Amino acid sequence: MTITLNGDPFDVSGPLTVSQLLVALDIDARRVAVEHNLVVLKRTAFDAAIVREGDQVEIVNFVGGG
Amino acid sequence: MDTFSIAGKTFASRLIIGTGKYPSHPVMVKAHEASGADMVTVAVRRVNISDRSKESLLDYIDTSKYFILPNTAGCYTADDAVRTARLGREAGLSHWVKLEVIGDERTLFPDNEALIEATRVLVREGFVVLPYTSDDPVVCRKLEDAGAAAVMPLGAPIGSGLGIQNPNNIRIIREFSRVPVIVDAGVGTASDAAFAMELGADGVLMNTAIAGAQDPAAMAEAMKFAVRAGRLAYLAGRIPRKLYATASSPIEGLVGR
Repeated sequence: MTITLNGDPFDVSGPLTVSQLLVALDIDARRVAVEHNLVVLKRTAFDAAIVREGDQVEIVNFVGGG
Repeated sequence: MDTFSIAGKTFASRLIIGTGKYPSHPVMVKAHEASGADMVTVAVRRVNISDRSKESLLDYIDTSKYFILPNTAGCYTADDAVRTARLGREAGLSHWVKLEVIGDERTLFPDNEALIEATRVLVREGFVVLPYTSDDPVVCRKLEDAGAAAVMPLGAPIGSGLGIQNPNNIRIIREFSRVPVIVDAGVGTASDAAFAMELGADGVLMNTAIAGAQDPAAMAEAMKFAVRAGRLAYLAGRIPRKLYATASSPIEGLVGR
């Protein structure tokens, strides 16, 4: 299936949970925040939230800033 | 005891510093240590999906020593700033935000109308909101009325190093405000930070002045002392300015008179 990941089309086999998506991307879930279809997820919701075809996912972390 | 508290949380230092634009992460770590600051700002950005090799900023910040203040830098609408603040809260597990809503690309001056709107929304959601604002006493009052936990007027444009451009406004803002006033942006060197504190600012927030200095750790240490010196001078109460001299030595008992 194709989702929009951080603004770009991204192919991944699914549906899958946000936790599974992060594992597939090799991203440490403790270091990021995730927005799923414009809703910011609590970290405790990563296992339950299902990403489906056409969904919008934003994965952010902290970078240097002032 | 001269303590510095925002929203009930007490900080050891009145200096708040950024994490951006350092030549390297180890240089940043040294500067943070030298600054004595216990609150640092960070930005919230998309993870680079195609290149996962980059080190995480948080590997270089001891979160047991430094309180992390996520910002909404680069946001041009209230909606984007609110969205970014919510993401920052989940990434950092704190409900504090340095709120920026930028209104102009060249000056990076705030869009104060959108800033006030975003402050209202985030305060309603339980955030501790520290808005980066123009050095405008009326806007600062509106931000305070909207529930801001502090107001953070700019001293000069972000990264400009021009120093405090409108000291009278900073003084008026201090007089008007019941919340802490933190001068955010525009500091170029230590005397600028000391001057901001002498005007009555409760704290100073800076990034480029330290990160862009030739020796960031040395400048961080200079800023630590400048903020302390300025604060002490403010509390000590300076002498009035006079046009003519007043002798420091006795005028009686002079030899030969």
